[in-house]
Amino acid sequence: MSKDIKETENFITIENIKVPIEGEKNLLVLIRKANIEIPTFCYHSNLSTYGACRLCLVDIEGMGIQASCSIKPKVGMKVKVHTAQIREMRRVNVELLLASGYHECTTCSKNTFCKLQSLARQLGIKEIRFKKTEKKSPRDLSSDAIVRDPSKCILCGDCIRMCEEVQAVGAIDFAFRGSDTEVVPSLNKNLKDVECVYCGQCTRVCPTGALSPKSEVSKIWADLHDKKRKVAVQIAPAVRVAIGEKYDLAPGKSTTGLIVTALKMLGFDYVYDSSFSADLTIVEEANEFLDRFTKNKNMPQYTSCCPAWIRFVEQFYPELNKNLSTCKSPQQMLGALVKEDFVRKGGKRKDISMISVMPCSAKKHEAKREEFSKEQYADVDHVITTVGVSRMIDEMGIDFRNLKPSSFDLPFGFKTGAGVLFGASGGVTEAVIRYVAEKLALKEDDIDCTALRTIDGVKEINLKVGKKEVKIAAVSGLKNAKDLIEDLKSGKRHYDFIEVMACPGGCVGGAGQPVYSKVKHRQKRAEGLYKADVTLELHKSQENHYVKKVYEELGCKVGKGLAHELFHTHYTDRKKHK
Amino acid sequence: MKTESQEKISKILENYSYKPEKLIPILQKVQDEYNYLPKDVMDFIAYKLNIPSARVFGVATFFAHFAITPKGKYIIKVCDGTACHVKKSEAIINKIKEKLNLTNSNTSEDGLFTLECVSCLGACGLAPVVVIGGDVHAQVTTQQISDLIDGIKNEAKK
Repeated sequence: MSKDIKETENFITIENIKVPIEGEKNLLVLIRKANIEIPTFCYHSNLSTYGACRLCLVDIEGMGIQASCSIKPKVGMKVKVHTAQIREMRRVNVELLLASGYHECTTCSKNTFCKLQSLARQLGIKEIRFKKTEKKSPRDLSSDAIVRDPSKCILCGDCIRMCEEVQAVGAIDFAFRGSDTEVVPSLNKNLKDVECVYCGQCTRVCPTGALSPKSEVSKIWADLHDKKRKVAVQIAPAVRVAIGEKYDLAPGKSTTGLIVTALKMLGFDYVYDSSFSADLTIVEEANEFLDRFTKNKNMPQYTSCCPAWIRFVEQFYPELNKNLSTCKSPQQMLGALVKEDFVRKGGKRKDISMISVMPCSAKKHEAKREEFSKEQYADVDHVITTVGVSRMIDEMGIDFRNLKPSSFDLPFGFKTGAGVLFGASGGVTEAVIRYVAEKLALKEDDIDCTALRTIDGVKEINLKVGKKEVKIAAVSGLKNAKDLIEDLKSGKRHYDFIEVMACPGGCVGGAGQPVYSKVKHRQKRAEGLYKADVTLELHKSQENHYVKKVYEELGCKVGKGLAHELFHTHYTDRKKHK
Repeated sequence: MKTESQEKISKILENYSYKPEKLIPILQKVQDEYNYLPKDVMDFIAYKLNIPSARVFGVATFFAHFAITPKGKYIIKVCDGTACHVKKSEAIINKIKEKLNLTNSNTSEDGLFTLECVSCLGACGLAPVVVIGGDVHAQVTTQQISDLIDGIKNEAKK
């Protein structure tokens, strides 16, 4: 038998169409390859298969009705996706879910991007034939970052598997039994009292409003309406390549100028760019690295821009606190700097607010950390997500797509391409390399950073410095970080510099971003950042003249004096069992 | 948590070689020790087994055998299986609740009794069946259950 015939025989039939099997792990993936968006709540390609929601049902000849997520494709299978019986079963399942919780769409935080809502629409559900249950559990508002609304939970378990399998945290799990089953934080405590690191990846996969990032929109409106108050805002790099998705623009399409205009229309007095303070971070952090590397002190150095990662280290590996860069994150650096600048120019600390627009939920918690305040005023007052700011834009009725772009305010709105890269996993590393290469007079043409731009959770790159080799890793997803730490402990791997971002893919895939489900989608956002780097005038943080000016004005050198006070921090041992 | 309780639990964990897959027998032994599963104990077990405490809590609340609040000295198991139910076990349950003033909790305020409803004790011929502290009582009436409780109460007072 020739190879060609063998290959053509390797297919299954889905709704009368032949679909080749190419190593797919289950039937569901194969059905999607045939361009049929089969409904599911509990299947995510990066999580283990749970098979609980019973929506991805198919009728396989000779096997009857099966959940396609749990079936391996076999040559010759004949599959029907939409029989009358299956359609009715799906409808019943969704109707029962709708009947068993408080799904009040109009007031829900996930309104318009809720999976339950969109599946009800997709399945054409017009009425719920079952009696509504009367049980309504109170919301858990204890966490600064995440709101839990158990009465909206459909028990798909996506959050649990995300928290444990991808993030290696395990702060939530099923508890109780049968109709009493609930998803609860460890030992039924409040979310703020358990191991949660606030990354919010649970909110990203939660198909309903049961888990969502906490909104601070009303507090921000209050600041904006306060006529005596000056309100500054900063935008994180990852926001600009994702917010457009809320306005039917392609993922990765950069909308920087439009956001600036929109924020000015909302009433912000100063619109700044977190990419500026990302440049500042690089100057501080790369300098710190060179110092540690030459002295071989507190090595390897881990990055510190991701607050969920910081929390993870403090809770589970406090012995590594000393290995973390002492640099604050760009959000906190800019908060501290803008307020200090305002005060130095004659303003009063109580009269200025700093708002940050972040792709992240953990940033909300970071801003509330005690050490990030001066004279009782927080360096960053409120944090709003990408989705949150789009809601403010919508509330004002702004036609986002047709705005005229404007520029950031100076000096803290000026950035180099290096600062923009921060939004994607590997970006901080690339920016650090651009700095270090120049300082160590390395041949830049020899350095190829393409390995840092892949979708992988662990990326590596080596730099040759004289006879020495600097081994660098960029990791995203906390399970990957945990595995790496364990390997370093046992001596299986060795690195000198390690970038860690809690969310898979980095900030472009953060919990504050419009919901995405495909890695390709997330990668488009990262590509948007790479494009922005190319279009910008400068590409190395050390070339940012406004960054240089900061040190002149503060009258100090990198990492010293006031710069140390404003841009560096310390960490706390938060291990529960000592 | 006290060091002595930590040592006590560590000993149990040692007997099971700190294997997470032995969580259920471990919890059984710990419950034998404490008569229920205190939260800090579950937390300690999770830490020692290197699994999330959320999982331990999930297992502990899944099985009716485990209690996360202290149980009474005497456990009253009332069978509410099909046969017992037909023979009016519900009236017995209501009588016990009324007598022990059980509203929000299944354990009486004096910590003497815990009411547990079980699905079948496998003694349908004796329906309705009640088991108190290991003693099986057959074809129980509301009057009898009332007397039994009074008897134990009087005994406890002595």
